[in-house]
Amino acid sequence: MSLYQVQKFLFDINRERGVQQEYREDLPGLLDRYELTAEERGAIAAGDIGLIYVLGANGQLLMHYAAFLGMPWAQYIAAMRAGVSKYGPVRAGLYHMTTAMHEKVAGV
Amino acid sequence: MSLVFAGIASHAPGITGRAHLADPKVVHEFHGAFRAMGERLAAARPDALIVVAAEHFANFFMNNMPSFAVGMAERYQGPIEDPEWLGIARTAVPGNAALSLRLIREMMQSVDLAYAQEWQFDHGVMVPLHFLTPRYDLPIIPMNINCQGPPLAPLHRAWAFGEALRRAADSVPERIAVVGTGGISHWPATPDSGKINEAWDREFLERWQSNDRQAMLSYTDEATYRDAGQGGFEIRTFVAVAAAAQGRGTLHHFRPIPMFAVGCTIADMSIGA
Repeated sequence: MSLYQVQKFLFDINRERGVQQEYREDLPGLLDRYELTAEERGAIAAGDIGLIYVLGANGQLLMHYAAFLGMPWAQYIAAMRAGVSKYGPVRAGLYHMTTAMHEKVAGV
Repeated sequence: MSLVFAGIASHAPGITGRAHLADPKVVHEFHGAFRAMGERLAAARPDALIVVAAEHFANFFMNNMPSFAVGMAERYQGPIEDPEWLGIARTAVPGNAALSLRLIREMMQSVDLAYAQEWQFDHGVMVPLHFLTPRYDLPIIPMNINCQGPPLAPLHRAWAFGEALRRAADSVPERIAVVGTGGISHWPATPDSGKINEAWDREFLERWQSNDRQAMLSYTDEATYRDAGQGGFEIRTFVAVAAAAQGRGTLHHFRPIPMFAVGCTIADMSIGA
């Protein structure tokens, strides 16, 4: 697993308009610049916020990527829960889910 | 001159970006307390405001992560986030590079710092400024403590950073204010967003108000992570302000607002000798 590279991608796309443009125009070429596993690359290519969350991406990076993909806040929260439901607990990092699946602490 | 104002405040992006999704009465009360802090800040007639923040990968990343960084530019920009997402328009914020340089030189006598001549403010700075200096007419000196990408500087180093800040503020002729921004317990940007350990927060704020150095520095990162979430690491900014002010705190507002993902806090601290 190359979580650092996933997070580097998120950092770059969150900050750089040129990277955002590349994302829209040549996503495979953009992703070639990062040393990603097939699972990581597939998660990014699919915009699978749930899987990227489970892989351990820092939420402070991930939430802006979700916003870039057009996800409202409630949908972002739901996507992370769906990811844990589908792929299992968060595998790395600090942003583990500590509540039960049915808990919606902020109502979303 | 010296340090003329010290305080702490929350900075969560929901405070502005998701204000429309929370109870309007609760939001009004908190936003009012934030603006009232701005009035107390202005009454202290500062020449510059140091914001001790805990940024979230806006300028610094794990390829080269400083534990402590200080801005040294004439001008900053923010927010780096989508203005619509944050609910704050993108703007230029004045700095004071010459003042930064003098502060940095003095602080470096006792702590190691990175300096930055470019700095894009994220919500950690922009949300507080939105309420405290809404006309963006006061020079800002941004200071950052890494609270995101472990390994993190131990709490006693955040205290030493605050002591250095105070010594530097006292060494310049300008009137200096400092505001630390961060959360106490919170689990932001996770499915637990909105979870708040109010008892833990109130205990921390008691320690902060009494400026009990030993009690504040007794938290371990392991216990903080367990009891206060990864967002709890941001207590470093509040600890640094206590070390700088060396006074006693007054809590003006504290209320958990789950939609904002944090116990919303506004407090000042007297300036001790």
